[in-house]
Amino acid sequence: MPLKPQTRHKLVTALLLGPAGLWLFFFLVLPFIAILVFSVGKRGPVGGYAPAFTFEQFANLGTRAAAFVNTLELAPVGAFSCLLVAYPVAYYLAVKVNPQRRLLLLSLVVAPFWTSLLMRTYAWMYLLGGRGIPHLLELVGIENVRLINTPGAVLLGIVYGYLPLMIMPIYVSLEKLDRKLLEASYDLGAKPIGTFFRVTLPLSLPGVMTGFALVTILLLGEYLIPQLLGGGKVFFIGNALVDLFLQSRNWPFGSAIAVTLVAVVVVILTIAMRLTWRIAGTRKVDLV
Amino acid sequence: MSKDYKDNLPITPRAFMEEFMRLKRGSVTRRHFLGVTGLGVATGVMSGFPGTFSKSAYAADLGTRMSIATWPNYHDPATFENFTAATGVAVDVNVFGSNEEMLAKLQAGASGWSLFVPTNYTISTYHKLDLIEELDLSKLPNFSSATENPRFTKEGQIGGKTYAVPKNWGTTGFSVNTSKIKTKLTSWKDFFEIIQTEADGRGMVHDYQLTTIGSALVSLGLDFNSIKPEDLAKAEELLIKVKPHLFAINSDYQPSMRSTDAWITMCWTNDGDQMNRDMPEIAYVLGKDGGEIWTDYYAIPKDAPNKAAGYALLNFLMDPKVAVKEHIANGAPTTDSRVMSLLPPEVTADKIVYPDEAALTPLEFGAAVTLTDPGRAELMARFKSA
Repeated sequence: MPLKPQTRHKLVTALLLGPAGLWLFFFLVLPFIAILVFSVGKRGPVGGYAPAFTFEQFANLGTRAAAFVNTLELAPVGAFSCLLVAYPVAYYLAVKVNPQRRLLLLSLVVAPFWTSLLMRTYAWMYLLGGRGIPHLLELVGIENVRLINTPGAVLLGIVYGYLPLMIMPIYVSLEKLDRKLLEASYDLGAKPIGTFFRVTLPLSLPGVMTGFALVTILLLGEYLIPQLLGGGKVFFIGNALVDLFLQSRNWPFGSAIAVTLVAVVVVILTIAMRLTWRIAGTRKVDLV
Repeated sequence: MSKDYKDNLPITPRAFMEEFMRLKRGSVTRRHFLGVTGLGVATGVMSGFPGTFSKSAYAADLGTRMSIATWPNYHDPATFENFTAATGVAVDVNVFGSNEEMLAKLQAGASGWSLFVPTNYTISTYHKLDLIEELDLSKLPNFSSATENPRFTKEGQIGGKTYAVPKNWGTTGFSVNTSKIKTKLTSWKDFFEIIQTEADGRGMVHDYQLTTIGSALVSLGLDFNSIKPEDLAKAEELLIKVKPHLFAINSDYQPSMRSTDAWITMCWTNDGDQMNRDMPEIAYVLGKDGGEIWTDYYAIPKDAPNKAAGYALLNFLMDPKVAVKEHIANGAPTTDSRVMSLLPPEVTADKIVYPDEAALTPLEFGAAVTLTDPGRAELMARFKSA
């Protein structure tokens, strides 16, 4: 019996969405439910989880206040530094570069992803360490420069590690920018700087917001770079979670922190989306 | 003479069926059946059992695979290859970063390990949680309690029963770059003082509460294992005072010591010895005021899927001729005097690996409660986020 066109259409949609749906259910929804259940539990006598229904883990969040503050500072500061470096690169790639070389340059932006972040961060440890850049500076007479295990080193590692994630969305939004709008701006008497701030930048804001949200969210869980380039002296939520799950084995408290972190991410994401929509809405320009 | 395929078979189809029926009736053993029908050989060949004909010492029921959980760079890889060659049992090696991860995996169930390598202070916890079984020493003829140092076997025994046998031991002291720090250091008190003065910005402590808090307690004349709130408060005061002077809080200290970014670090025996071997100016010091001594053990999980192979591998590892290669590979000191006598003299003369007995006297084993105490975990979090 042949299916009705609508039924067949629905069936195809279900089949196409099925794998992703199942994947998300088993590897995102179920684990998250487990974390929610853990977060209202108690720590077992030798660690791990003991069933209970209590909010004492959430009442304890104050003991990790420093981790939350550090993380909520690092994430936007790191993302903003990333943005400052990424925007000119994305602009150059999308607007200025010879189209024949664009593909090559774009692959170079992505190339670092072919090696693990751990390896690349270790490489920075050696570059910033006493036998790296400080040693070269000593040769030209600048002595006692300390680079490794400073907040600056952490920021540098973050900008380096997350740069491609910022460049790509901005590049995409700049690339589809209609050149005729820029010409119109010149025709109407705007100077290049005026054109940039009043035409180019507003039109690329959706890309900027996407990149900013992406990098901020990933930075909220960052653990590796502060540990390796900051000497483990600055404590982020990622570090608090690792310690609670792998060292003191206080799973319920770790789960409560994880749940809180997810809530914070959802709030940030919502604000970012709203902002993007508002900007895109008030300056409604047909990009095609 | 006719050449029939049946001529090359070890047994005719009819005889095979007769033997099979006898096996089913129970009048012959499985081993007899496998022997006369040639199936034993076939299985042996198919499972890559090179010792089928020569190693009658190992019964046929060891299976073909087993898995061990252990630490990074802790074995001579040839050991496992030789075990496989001798028994036909392939060994999967699972490497772990901390005792806590091992415990979590075993507690979750179905770890799949038939042998693992816990540290002394976790054994009573494994026993309490009913995760390890008492070792059947009759299956370990190569283990010789008479030649083991009782200081190390003791930690593997609970209520007179042996739950774990020692693999090797070590100490937690500190390594100091003597070309950078001229003051002679002998104690944990010196360690925390020099970090705030001559070695300002150059000192490292472990990212591990057991040793970092323990050594801070020792430097204040308190017990390494204390969980008393008033003792911990004093240790916290010291650690938070020291923190701004630290180079890093990190248990991976070798790279920074080797690049001379760090001049002094809390340090485990093996690392201390490796750094001293390559850079003789990096000395290893045991605190005369105390510190940690530790032992890693072999134990068998209760739910081990291949217990027979677990015992076989453990017995193999307890063979002094095998153990000596393990010790040369990983550099940690042995607990067994039979192994000691086989080690090259330059190894046993190494004072970092084999310190004088007097230097070991003030050292303590970490206690189970020290590891799991929530008060110490929270102190560490406050220290790291201060």
